[in-house]
Amino acid sequence: MVLGGYASSFVLARDEKGDTVEISVTVNGDTKTDEVEPRTLLVYYLREELGLTGTNVGCDTSSCGACTVHVNGESVKSCTMLAVQADGQEVLTIEGLAPSATELHPMQESFRENHGLQCGYCTPGMVMAACSLLKENPSPTEIEVREGLEGNLCRCTGYHNIVKSVLACSGQDLL
Amino acid sequence: MAVIEENPGYKWVGTRPIRPDGLEKITGKAQFGADSILPGMLYGSVVRSPHAHARILSIDMSVAKSMPGVKAVITSADFPDLALNGGSAGDIDMSNNVMARAKVLYEGHVVAAVAANTREQAKAAADAVIVNYEVLPHVLTVDEAMADNAPLLHDGMYTKGIDPKPEKPSNVASRVVHERGDLDKGFAEADLVIEREYTTKPVHQGYIEPHAAVADANSDGRAHIWCSSQGHFQMRAHTATVLGVSPGTIKVTAAEIGGGFGGKTVVYLEPLAVRLSQRAGRPVKLVMDRDEVFRASGPTSGTRIKVKMGVTNEGQLTAADVWMGYEAGAFSGSPVGAAGMTVIACYDIPNFFVEGFDVVVNKPRVAAYRAPGAPMAAFAVETVMDELARGINIDPIDLRLQNAVVEGTQASYGPKFPRIGFVETLEAIKNHPQYTAELGPNQGRGVAAGFWFNAGMNSSATVHINENGTATVVVGSPDIGGSRQSMALMAAEELGISYENIKPVVADTETVGFNDVTGGSRVTLATGAAVVDACRVITADLRARAAKTWDVEIDDVEWVDGQAQHVDGSQPPLSLADLAGKSGRTGGPISATASLNARGVGAAFSTQLCDVEVDPETGITRVIRYVSAQDAGRAISPAYVEGQMQGGVAQGIGWALNEEYIHNSSGVMENASFLDYRIPVASDLPMIDTVIVEVPNPAHPYGVRGVGEVGIVPPMAAVANAISDAAGVRMKDLPMSPVKLLEALNEKGK
Repeated sequence: MVLGGYASSFVLARDEKGDTVEISVTVNGDTKTDEVEPRTLLVYYLREELGLTGTNVGCDTSSCGACTVHVNGESVKSCTMLAVQADGQEVLTIEGLAPSATELHPMQESFRENHGLQCGYCTPGMVMAACSLLKENPSPTEIEVREGLEGNLCRCTGYHNIVKSVLACSGQDLL
Repeated sequence: MAVIEENPGYKWVGTRPIRPDGLEKITGKAQFGADSILPGMLYGSVVRSPHAHARILSIDMSVAKSMPGVKAVITSADFPDLALNGGSAGDIDMSNNVMARAKVLYEGHVVAAVAANTREQAKAAADAVIVNYEVLPHVLTVDEAMADNAPLLHDGMYTKGIDPKPEKPSNVASRVVHERGDLDKGFAEADLVIEREYTTKPVHQGYIEPHAAVADANSDGRAHIWCSSQGHFQMRAHTATVLGVSPGTIKVTAAEIGGGFGGKTVVYLEPLAVRLSQRAGRPVKLVMDRDEVFRASGPTSGTRIKVKMGVTNEGQLTAADVWMGYEAGAFSGSPVGAAGMTVIACYDIPNFFVEGFDVVVNKPRVAAYRAPGAPMAAFAVETVMDELARGINIDPIDLRLQNAVVEGTQASYGPKFPRIGFVETLEAIKNHPQYTAELGPNQGRGVAAGFWFNAGMNSSATVHINENGTATVVVGSPDIGGSRQSMALMAAEELGISYENIKPVVADTETVGFNDVTGGSRVTLATGAAVVDACRVITADLRARAAKTWDVEIDDVEWVDGQAQHVDGSQPPLSLADLAGKSGRTGGPISATASLNARGVGAAFSTQLCDVEVDPETGITRVIRYVSAQDAGRAISPAYVEGQMQGGVAQGIGWALNEEYIHNSSGVMENASFLDYRIPVASDLPMIDTVIVEVPNPAHPYGVRGVGEVGIVPPMAAVANAISDAAGVRMKDLPMSPVKLLEALNEKGK
């Protein structure tokens, strides 16, 4: 990613936008205030205005879950939510999930150790959704993990190691 | 569970360390195709045909050009007409698929593209491009396209492979034939002959990352592209061809790739992004919506396949007669050639006639999809095999074992097989406890097998030894299945240093030698061989440097466990770190490059076991248990090998039960979203058990065959055979959806 330089072109782009609305969103702990078009989706605000490209877009129809983030602690598909709806809310993305610069979140660690990913495109959304799942149900069965992740598509793994990763993170071994 | 035929005592090969790209991918740092943001970057949008077949009468861009923020608008007039410049037929088709010229051939075919300051402005401008069409009659299936007097997609298409050349053009691009023996004699010898007809629908690779490209063109004609693809050298070559420039003027940086499965070997957006960037004088990003991915990028073929096979009561296959029509989409190039070569490649059949047709239809041009062409053919043949086995009352694995190809068998497609592991995969399933486990009510069990060639092709790799004795392994093969880990493991084995001390890197087109696409399950074999070669040049160099240091002959120096040792132990060993630290005194930096065309490709076989439960009330089939056995040759990285096997099975189950392109009578796709085109979700699948069989490929330094593709060949037949076992109905049309299964059950009940 390259940012900076050609400042005039960004100004031009802003000027040519339609009506904008000021929003103030706390993203990964930092409060950001920005002018956005009312139609801007939260996912594009995160990716393009804030440069948080860890949240991916896979389908535009809320089917694939690649764009899953947390809003006030709940899983949300950020392609189904307008940026203006996040005004005054707390958003957590994959970039803000780890507790510190030198640690991973246990779910991230579990996916890494259990090979819970292949291409990695669904992974940020999958990890965020899996965190919500364990928050609601700290000790799920295999079936509950599968049903809990129905809204997040993966085409590489057959879900085998994803299920394993989530169960491992809950302290359970897969039989 | 692994069947290890030989255990060579490797230290790194065959281990399961933490993946090298894991951290970036779980923290959101990995840069995928759509993640590049350049200063002053514009957003592009593409204008696509709403018609399946139409002549372009005019394109009016005046309104679009004048809209706010619009910086560039392009049509086919902005690209060289390769037909006028002596371009090859393949290049002309590629160019016309990137941007329609004169006619649109499928719904979603590109007719224009725009670039503007924001995504919304670009979309608004694309909507404002006015295209006048003369709508033409269309064809959507093999049957429609091959009918007498069918509307033609290409006036100049005369079927290749027919002698004499046909007098009239048609929608059949080519005919392929493989034959042996005497078909009539073979069927006369049979005690049981089964003849069946099958259809399959186009299905999409379904990678979760849509196609994306960012291009930054300079005023001197050079351009830099960032894109996610299965081969940035191929993207460079194809983009250059479409633009009519030298490949050397284009640099392509490979982004992380969010799934490909064959579908990201094709150029779609890159030439458009470069041309828009040239016209606007600014970088341009183009990203497909999921809707565009479905309508305009590569599904694999819909097919019609007829199979007739004969067997004796003793279980000897005597003859096979196969007819296959494969949809190519709008331009020739369906995988029917590979289908013809693979369809009966698992078996030694004395008499056969295999005939295949590559048929153009008004649908998106098909692209490679995991073992392209083989899965549909295997669906047909492997279900007939199941019927034959049951008909003569023999175990379906025993029937396959009795007729299985082995080392020395003349393959149905030509050469004699070298060492292969088909029998071992069959035995692995037969010996698996699941094969004899008890089944519940409405449950059934099916087996099926599959073959895939695997590929070799061109690869380059460079290995640098850093000043502290760590290493950088630089390749030009995008990593879609874990190749960075397998490269690092092989390099660790060769150099004798820890896997953690090796950094594998996928470099851009200007930083590493040429590489063909990541496809054909070839990278661990071919790029891996280049890495091994480069490492061996380095270890020879290290021995020479140690010999120089000790003032002895190089033959007196061995490279063992990451250090130079004198054969008689008369010198204190020199580690890689020792030699690297003093490299300036022994000849300079330590580095080597290897480039090769990989020979000795090892064929792959898979045998799979599927248990299903059929709900007779709803027609819903649930896969409840699944076991896949596959010959990997050598599993360099077993965790990734299992992942490839599981992924292939999951895609195959989707293909078997849910997935299909649905077109209406106007030729418009009606299910171009993940809502309506349903790929398997987590709750649709069971855990997928894997058995890695290792029958080493004698032609590869580590015995590698390649593992990415063959796993998708057996599942459709395995599921169909399990449904037959559970419900007593033979499903011959994919997908085996609840509606179709209910119909079949009702028909059976009559």
